[in-house]
Amino acid sequence: MDVARNLPNGMQPALPADVAEELAALEREDASGRAVATASQWKLMWWRFRKHTLAKVSLAVLGFLFLVAIFADAIAPYDPTVTQSNRTYAPPQPIYIIENGRLTWPFALGLKSTIDAESLRRMYVLDHEQRIDMGLFVQGEPYRLLGLFETNTRLFGASNGAQQVSVLGSDRLGRDLFSRMVHATRISLSIGLAAVFVSLLLGVTLGGISGYVGGRVDMVIQRVVEFIDAIPSLPLWMGLSAAIPLTWPPLWVYFAITLVLSLLGWTGMARVVRGRFLAMREEDFVMAARVSGSGERRIIFRHMLPSFVSHIIASLTLTIPGRILGETSLSFLGLGLKEPIISYGVLLQDAQNIRAVATAPWLIVPALVVVVIVIAYNFLGDGLRDAADPYA
Amino acid sequence: MTSYILRRLLYFIPTLLAISLVTFFIIQLPPGDFLTSFEARALASGDQADLERVEQLRERYGLDQPWYVQYWKWFTGILVGDFGYSFQWKQPVADLLGQRMLLTFLLALATTVFVWAVAIPMGIYAAMRKNTVGDYAVSFTGFIGLATPDFLLALVLMWVAFFYFDMSVGGLFSPEFEGAPWSMAKVWDLLGHLWIPVVVIGTNGTAGLIRILRANLLDELHKPYVETARAKGLTEWHLTAKHPVRVALNPFISGIGDTLPGLISGATITSIVLSLPTAGPLLLQSLLSQDMYLAGSYIFLLSILSVLGVLISDILLAWLDPRIRYQ
Repeated sequence: MDVARNLPNGMQPALPADVAEELAALEREDASGRAVATASQWKLMWWRFRKHTLAKVSLAVLGFLFLVAIFADAIAPYDPTVTQSNRTYAPPQPIYIIENGRLTWPFALGLKSTIDAESLRRMYVLDHEQRIDMGLFVQGEPYRLLGLFETNTRLFGASNGAQQVSVLGSDRLGRDLFSRMVHATRISLSIGLAAVFVSLLLGVTLGGISGYVGGRVDMVIQRVVEFIDAIPSLPLWMGLSAAIPLTWPPLWVYFAITLVLSLLGWTGMARVVRGRFLAMREEDFVMAARVSGSGERRIIFRHMLPSFVSHIIASLTLTIPGRILGETSLSFLGLGLKEPIISYGVLLQDAQNIRAVATAPWLIVPALVVVVIVIAYNFLGDGLRDAADPYA
Repeated sequence: MTSYILRRLLYFIPTLLAISLVTFFIIQLPPGDFLTSFEARALASGDQADLERVEQLRERYGLDQPWYVQYWKWFTGILVGDFGYSFQWKQPVADLLGQRMLLTFLLALATTVFVWAVAIPMGIYAAMRKNTVGDYAVSFTGFIGLATPDFLLALVLMWVAFFYFDMSVGGLFSPEFEGAPWSMAKVWDLLGHLWIPVVVIGTNGTAGLIRILRANLLDELHKPYVETARAKGLTEWHLTAKHPVRVALNPFISGIGDTLPGLISGATITSIVLSLPTAGPLLLQSLLSQDMYLAGSYIFLLSILSVLGVLISDILLAWLDPRIRYQ
């Protein structure tokens, strides 16, 4: 470089191609190096997170599912509680976009139903004569969007409101499975968040006290944590949720289940917080704060807490799937949420016995969504955990 | 070492008390109780014998007295092997539990063996072939295993067996062995049925342990002592199996304590779906019908089982790894 600058004007030395490339790479590195030196911690974390492709994809998947949950009423083509005796166990009606080898406007086929004389069950075949055109923003049953605006525009459905298309089939009572799943997303995702929030409160408080105060208090809290961890959670959850009175309104049951799930789930959080507090108590910056006269409360909330918030977020993300699976299992057994609340566990109650699954295999589809949600949260948590320590 | 074990055993006593209190609290939670509705039915049908039994039971377990009296009667009963009375089955709980507890324990044991037999080789393989197709395949399978709820796996396996192999997979015995006394043929029949619940319950734990073992082994593989062993001319297999794997296995031992409660939770729901003659279905039934002594004793025994697991794993760990010191 210096050699180049010392040359007379206009006389650029002809560098070999590979050397030029190397120089350019060096310059780029220098630029980003300077950026790294001045970037805030959150920015560093974002850069680290961006490198984790699976975590990014998972974030997108979860973002999409949360959108579905928020706009459930508009996305579900039908009311999830309306029963139809002429559509019991109706199979899925696939949507076609190719007709005679050419791309066409999406359409579905109608269903022809007959009643089997022997088993008295309704049998269905796709009716190739009856073509149902699909449409976006079609008119359907009226509902309140976000509980505020009265409307009857649904995101998609049969363009002729009189015809019905169940893309994922119907359940035992002829309710549209896809609409029910869309609504279940709302409950299942939110109960995971709510339960983790309660765990967070308990875990941070008790873990914080344990790590900051130490001594005898720490001893007692640690024994309690060990004790809770040693008890198998599902039987205990079952016992606790069996105690929820059957007469309670759905909303109370929802909160009671949330509480049951978080009562046993805060221990992991408490461990993380305690470990961090123990490690940090001896750090120089805490000592500096103390020497300059900060009160305990200021030290904890202003100095210590911010430095491990990212770790808390990461381990929170990793505990959400456990809560979601817990709710699903409890509701599946009939001890958790019950109709009219729709969650994935409630939906899976219909798939409880092998006979139902054999006659209507599509009833198992909700379980696949649960698997996707759990995997997405796990990858997201992994990515966040890596990002939480951007200096590592 | 001896004093450490003794101290741990002493510490077991308050744990036992705490577990009994928690379970008693749970069985007291539901409003109303089985006996009251039972009595109402007996009154309605005018069954004198039943009414008398209600009186007897009420007397024996102090059901009309404050909770601490009830708790004391229940707890002291357990110490001499009286777990209470199942109102629904009209049998002492201990009789009901005996056979089923044995099978539950057997299932947990078989699952632990399965988990280790699968997780250890797969974890080692994934670590030694890091970032190859094999590693990704193992990790991906592990993730799916972690994310799939036990009951879903049970349902899918049942469905596959039912549709493609035309066999029924519920239960632990074929119908002809259901009530038969124990014999070689019955044990053989049991083994034929046992593998499905073992795979279903074990998948979750396997996935977790593979991840842990892989991560630990990756930490160990590049340490200087491995290099030294290699320089001394040990074969690759020998040096891995002898040194880093042994260190990386530590969390397995301490993991028993964490794995066991998970296995028991999984076993509960799986045995309900597969209708196994173990803990799960009985627990669910008793909870739904408020048969409180049965439910309580079950939760109590399951908890004791896993606390014992933690105890054993702690002692094993102290014995295996001399670096761990307990003052």
